Amino acid sequence: MIKKCLFICFSFSLGIMNTRQQSKLIYSWYGKPLGSDRKLRTSHYKGILITSESSKTETCIQLGDFILVEGVNADQPYVAQLVDLYEDGAQHKHAVVQWFCRLEEIPQNQRKMLKRDISAQEVFFDQVLGYDTDIAAETIIKSIMVIPLHLGEELPVITLNKEQTFYVKQSWDGKCFKVLSPDTFSKLKEANKTRGVITNSSKASIPSDIFTPVKKKTESVVRSATKPKKIDMEIESKHSSSKSSLSKERHSQRMANNDIKTPTARKKLELNSPTRSKGRLLGYEVLGLLDDDCDATAPLEQSATKRKVKFTNDILGSPPKIPCSDDKSKSTTQSAEHHQSDIMRLSPYTKVNDFSDEDKNLQEKDDVPSLGGYQSSQSPVVTPRSRRRCVQKTSALIAEQISMLDQEDFLSDSDSSYSLSSEEKEDDDDDDVPCTPEKKTKSNRILSTPKSSRKSAVHTPAKTLRKTPLKGTPRTPRNATPEIPRRIQATQEPASVLEEARLRLHVSAIPESLPCREEEFQDIYNFVESKLIDGTGGCMYISGVPGTGKTATVHEVIRCLQQAAENDELPPFQFVEINGMKLTDPHQAYVQILEFLTGQKVTATHAAVLLAKLFSTPGPKRKTTVLIVDELDLLWTQKQNVMYNLFDWPTQRHSKLIILAIANTMDLPERIMMNRVASRLGLTRMSFQPYTYKQLQQIVSSRLKGVKAFEEDAVQLVSRKVAALSGDARRCLDICRRATEICEFARQKRAPEMVRMAHVTEAIDEMFSSPYVNAIRNASLHEQIFLKAILAEFRRAGVEEATVQQIYHHHVALCRMEGLQSPTVSETMAICSRLGACRLLLVEASSKYLHMRVRLNLSQDDVMYALREE
Amino acid sequence: MKPSAMSKRKLKESSAESAESISQVQKILRERFCHHFCAAGKLFGMEQQYRHLLELLRRTTVHGESNSALVIGPRGSGKTALLNHVLKDLREMTQVRENLLEVHLNGLLQTNDKVALKEITRQLQLENVVGDKVFGSFAENLAFLLEALRKGNRTSSCPILFVLDEFDLFVHHKNQSLLYNLFDISQSAQTPVTVIGLTCRQDILELLEKRVKSRFSHRQIYLMNSFDFKQYIKIFKNQLSLPAEFPDEPFAQKWNNNVQHLSEDKAVQDVLQKLFHHSKDLRSLHLLLMLAVSAVTVHHPLLTAADLQEASRQHSTDSKANIVHGLSVLEICLIIAMKHLNEVYDGEPFNFQMVYNEFQKFIQRKAHSMYNFEKPVVMKAFEHLLQLELVQPLERPSARAQREFLLLKLLLDSSQIMEALQLYPNCPTDVKQWAASSLSWL
Repeated sequence: MIKKCLFICFSFSLGIMNTRQQSKLIYSWYGKPLGSDRKLRTSHYKGILITSESSKTETCIQLGDFILVEGVNADQPYVAQLVDLYEDGAQHKHAVVQWFCRLEEIPQNQRKMLKRDISAQEVFFDQVLGYDTDIAAETIIKSIMVIPLHLGEELPVITLNKEQTFYVKQSWDGKCFKVLSPDTFSKLKEANKTRGVITNSSKASIPSDIFTPVKKKTESVVRSATKPKKIDMEIESKHSSSKSSLSKERHSQRMANNDIKTPTARKKLELNSPTRSKGRLLGYEVLGLLDDDCDATAPLEQSATKRKVKFTNDILGSPPKIPCSDDKSKSTTQSAEHHQSDIMRLSPYTKVNDFSDEDKNLQEKDDVPSLGGYQSSQSPVVTPRSRRRCVQKTSALIAEQISMLDQEDFLSDSDSSYSLSSEEKEDDDDDDVPCTPEKKTKSNRILSTPKSSRKSAVHTPAKTLRKTPLKGTPRTPRNATPEIPRRIQATQEPASVLEEARLRLHVSAIPESLPCREEEFQDIYNFVESKLIDGTGGCMYISGVPGTGKTATVHEVIRCLQQAAENDELPPFQFVEINGMKLTDPHQAYVQILEFLTGQKVTATHAAVLLAKLFSTPGPKRKTTVLIVDELDLLWTQKQNVMYNLFDWPTQRHSKLIILAIANTMDLPERIMMNRVASRLGLTRMSFQPYTYKQLQQIVSSRLKGVKAFEEDAVQLVSRKVAALSGDARRCLDICRRATEICEFARQKRAPEMVRMAHVTEAIDEMFSSPYVNAIRNASLHEQIFLKAILAEFRRAGVEEATVQQIYHHHVALCRMEGLQSPTVSETMAICSRLGACRLLLVEASSKYLHMRVRLNLSQDDVMYALREE
Repeated sequence: MKPSAMSKRKLKESSAESAESISQVQKILRERFCHHFCAAGKLFGMEQQYRHLLELLRRTTVHGESNSALVIGPRGSGKTALLNHVLKDLREMTQVRENLLEVHLNGLLQTNDKVALKEITRQLQLENVVGDKVFGSFAENLAFLLEALRKGNRTSSCPILFVLDEFDLFVHHKNQSLLYNLFDISQSAQTPVTVIGLTCRQDILELLEKRVKSRFSHRQIYLMNSFDFKQYIKIFKNQLSLPAEFPDEPFAQKWNNNVQHLSEDKAVQDVLQKLFHHSKDLRSLHLLLMLAVSAVTVHHPLLTAADLQEASRQHSTDSKANIVHGLSVLEICLIIAMKHLNEVYDGEPFNFQMVYNEFQKFIQRKAHSMYNFEKPVVMKAFEHLLQLELVQPLERPSARAQREFLLLKLLLDSSQIMEALQLYPNCPTDVKQWAASSLSWL
């Protein structure tokens, strides 16, 4: 029964695990308001308490502390220093922060300026303007350490708590790196100190200190191995809900968990809670709760995004689709959650806790059988303090038991592979779930920005591509980025004028500027620029026949905007491009967009959910996203939900999403889109007209600037011809390129030749002449007679369709007239199928033999013209 | 008959000629006739196309220039042979060696984009990187490959040649996304690729979607079999001659002289002329020569005009009429009855009952030698014709419909029937007369 229940819980929680890792976190102020502003109706506080309901832990974060803030990517929470905390008139809790940026947040091309290797633990003091420093307090995850160092200084070797300690050496202002000013340096140093003082003082004020005995134990273990200084804080932060804790830590935590979180311990807490003053938990309790929470989550945390907390805050109560879990969690954890029930938010995540608790119960029983009895005997008389003591005692016992294990672990923790594998094994064992999602998370860490991932594999030649180990995490094949092998011999540079011209005329050659599309360029540029400056979203629909420079112009716009953003003229933005033709299924669009934005690789439905979250919730530090959707018409689905979502996101307040949709048909919105989709697309449209001959001429001559390879008239002829047919610039360039080849063939030895009219005419003929006439003229005699027989039969019957039998009779008659031996039926059938294969004829399936019907695939006049010439 | 007499004499002279030479001849010639695509063979009448394609591929490899082209020509016109020739010569160039990756796809094998992508990944030898996981999803596979190709650039990446055989079949893939992507890469500054499509369809460009078409460079290389009869004779001579490095030199000399004589022989020229009129592709010539060459034995070491005539006869026999030769008299009678019905009702479909009635009329009024068979016997004979597919039901026979009334059509033309009757051994004269008199006998 329990097992089944567990299974259900678990399978359920797995479902949401990937989306968010939701734990009921309650944020409350610590201490009295320091001061309040009547006018703004804000009151400031010196600290904030984060209470995790499910595991009954509290953590206190005070001004000046360094914190992790939820980011776009679950694995890369932002690092910041808490500057201010206040509550506004609408009872929303705000925090003002000083950002630090990680290496991953710095554009790839500017990382080079550092000219040194950056450890993953190094952050930069962020002086980039334009980031919102005012964030919702609910996005704070936990406190961490940021230690300022001088530039030359080596990073202290920290074997423990790598994830929780960051170092800052330089500042980053969006363009260059600077050494920390002494002022900031001392401030940061100060912050660390004061923070230590605060924790210490809180320790002093509360006799049973912040740490559970287990921690003390581990602490003592660690002390021998690592620097004694700051160890308190490190351990504290280690045990405070760690989202991206290393697996080795998890392992140790895991070991500890198994012992700590016995049902009795839980019961004790439950018993405790009524006696506790409502609404405020003491600091150490918070920590305890948080501890439990994090321990429970640690083994399961996977690709959850850090946005989850915010999500729960935005949507009060539980997501509607998971009512059963709520019931469940209520029933199991309600008693423990009397306090602060006014802001109680049930979330599926509690589920996980339940499960893991129970799960541990099961494991526990044979592990420490005496424990339960001991604790339960204590439980009825506990006061908060005595409880703490008893917990200490029990935990001390447990800790003793496991310390050996831990020790081993900690001593060898610089090598994560062992614990990693054991961790995974463990996962498999007790979770009975594949650990693939976890692997994914790890790889995501590598992939945090698409750029970096790409770069990481560049150096590997494709034939012998090996997985590049990064940060010791195993690379899954999913992230292997392949490469076409390098060429062995260098490319030859163009030797002659014609070759040079050909190179420039290739469609892929990117000209410095796009001639003849200045107006369109300006329109699109203005549109995107204005949206960027406003920080809003919007859609634009761009249409035009193929080869009119739609995609090229849009790319040019993006290039210019990126340039401007680099020069600080515009706020920075992210650029994402998808192409309907390069997707196997319209829903894959979500996957690609998400991968571009966050580096996560998830399924289409999941990606849709994540993206909807991303664009519907306000995110601090999130840049505007410019999304190009090429070949929009291929994103059409029966329900049109892909298009609907794409165009719906920009309309949301916080989306900061600009969409440039490109397609061929001008009236696509009216033709294939439902009203609600078309309405969201809006009326910002632009259509690219086919190029006129003058424009084509300008395009060609601008590419040929400085190369004297074409006669003026020749270019004009091509332009006029193409403009009359399609106005496709690609065609124009292709013809010119072909003309250079023809010219090269025809030219005499070493004589510098220009492409003349004759060459161009030949190229045009080659590309545009109908192949049918030529094919008929080169057909064999009987094939020609067969075509004549078809014409004769058509004329006789007056219908443009005939059976082979009828045609055969005419054929025999014609042969007799010509004095030729008449072919057998088999031969005639062979002729017919040959002509059918060339599609000069359209024929039915050959099983009908003589009764197979035949039609001409070209007009009778063409056939007559082709045959008469002979 | 002069050549054959000559060869008889030669046979006596060279009775010592070992069977070895003959088997050598057989081996060389058969290899030549069977492996049409073999690059060792010669190309006829496509020098221009050869130069164009070679130049195109040379530029791809040497300059890293992306291109796309279609080779279009009827079946048997030497598209694949041309490409193989070009590739062989290309690989021999010093500045090209090892500098080109080739991916060969065939529309008959890679029936959808998913399969095609896997094949591309395999041929580019990227699959050992990918592992099994990526192949789980088509989408990931596509993204993977596009990523790989996007990362390259003109000057540093190894050019890739994509050869799409039966190109017209790729056109029917969903959204033509494979073609779009290949052509798109060939038109953008990515890894240099050249896409060569081989197809026999003249209307191939009309099948491409407009955005795919726009990305295609519109280079079309046409192979048209555009040679005249004189060249055809030359090809004949060329194909039949033994190479200079043939071990038994005197025999090779003799053989080649004989071929020279044959090509001037009127009877041989007639045979070739007939074939040339029917079909200009070299594959049918190879087939004819194959039939002729297989008549060469130790006792008959040199080809004769009669051999070629015999081969030509075999080559052009009517397959359906051949079946008629093996029918029983009753079955022949039924076919004649059907022929009459076709003439009376102008090709309208008939059923067994009508044929049986017609047959009964013949038995009662005209037949002298024919025995009046029972209806089930006639039915049996009729079903045999059905099995031979000399008659074909209009629709699938269902369980409900009575077999006697199933509508059928005759798959023989009256001329075929008359011809077959002429050759039919021991055909009763009354049957022959009945066949000849279409309506008059009534």
